[in-house]
Amino acid sequence: MEIPYTVKPRPDTGLYNAKLGIWLFLASEVMLFGGLFSAYILLRVGADLWPHGMLNIPIGTFNTFVLISSSVTVVMSWASLKLGRLAAFKKYMALTILCALGFLGVKSFEYHAKFTHYDVWFKDDATAEKYFKAAYGEKGVEETRKQFVERFHLHNTKAVYTPGDIQLAGHIEGNPLCTNLKKLLAAKKETIQFTADAPAGGHEHPKPIEIKLADLKRLSSYVPAHSTFFAIYFTITALHGLHVLGGAIVLGYFLFTADKWWKKAPEQFTNRIEVGGLFWHFVDLVWIFLFPIIYLL
Amino acid sequence: MSHDHSHSHGPGEACAHDHGHDDHNSPEAIAKAIKKYMVVFGVLLAGTVLTVGMYYVHIPSVAITIAVALLIASVKAAFVAGVFMHLSDERKMIYGILICTVFFLIGLMGLTLWTMHDPPLQTLINGKPA
Repeated sequence: MEIPYTVKPRPDTGLYNAKLGIWLFLASEVMLFGGLFSAYILLRVGADLWPHGMLNIPIGTFNTFVLISSSVTVVMSWASLKLGRLAAFKKYMALTILCALGFLGVKSFEYHAKFTHYDVWFKDDATAEKYFKAAYGEKGVEETRKQFVERFHLHNTKAVYTPGDIQLAGHIEGNPLCTNLKKLLAAKKETIQFTADAPAGGHEHPKPIEIKLADLKRLSSYVPAHSTFFAIYFTITALHGLHVLGGAIVLGYFLFTADKWWKKAPEQFTNRIEVGGLFWHFVDLVWIFLFPIIYLL
Repeated sequence: MSHDHSHSHGPGEACAHDHGHDDHNSPEAIAKAIKKYMVVFGVLLAGTVLTVGMYYVHIPSVAITIAVALLIASVKAAFVAGVFMHLSDERKMIYGILICTVFFLIGLMGLTLWTMHDPPLQTLINGKPA
């Protein structure tokens, strides 16, 4: 059976069918991401503390440039087909897919950095103070408190957080992935070597310290279970990442079957690229909002 | 709905009242569109630099920071949708779909704002309810 209106517009809609289809799909996608964005707003407004500066802004900015560039290359690939230039189409489409893979590569790097970065909380104030001093020297308590104030933007508040409430952030020797207290204890570990993050405003990491697991009440890498912030961050960015992956697969298919399609049905092929491109622009559009909201605000 | 769009015109035969397909498909029109794409590319890059720059400048008012960041994002989004996705010149049917979408999206966000006084308070901070 031949699919109708793949090239010519359907008289009643004025559109070829695939275009109507993709726009209906994108409308549902707007609601999908809209739901998650509204969840983000609600969680953030309801939170007593919301962290800032947890994500790497230069890397996020780089990825924004990558995605914007891919939006340009995908529309150029379509324009090339309109001009009858198959070779140029292939070049632009290959660049688009490279950008997509680049974006996913950088995102995986970011995820990995989060999965190996840890916060630890100590069982009581006295124990916490002892370790803060071990990590940062005599002024260790002030230093960790400063990091806490920076992270949660508490400069203008009088709220009191005792050392037992405050986390010490850093890396565990051997960079284990997504481990936690339960897993470490199950592995019969009693201590960890912990390198705390560089002090606020500095770049030099302090010397590693030994932490007894018995002194901890919680240990978590920056995984969704770490906090509401990371839960919503991973939910939205992973869903967006899946869209990038899906888009790259479809566009890759178009690239690898280009010769066949161009010979068989050039107009229909051009329309397929337009429809694929519309999806790709939507993925870019979501990121345009996602980047400032999650990384910057 | 107009039936004009369903007609296929020969080259250079576009109707005066119908900015029909062929106008858009001529090599001149595509070349013009490509120039537009490059301008939008520049706007998007500039918008990104501006947003990130704003973060480092650090505006004291949170409300203004959020408003400006969302405004820049909206302008960028409008350029992507309007030019790259050809929404500045589309068929009525698509506008109809999008008007419905925007209506429901505003409804969704409106409901969210409406519940502002009753947010979930058992938010996880440091592993225990805050």
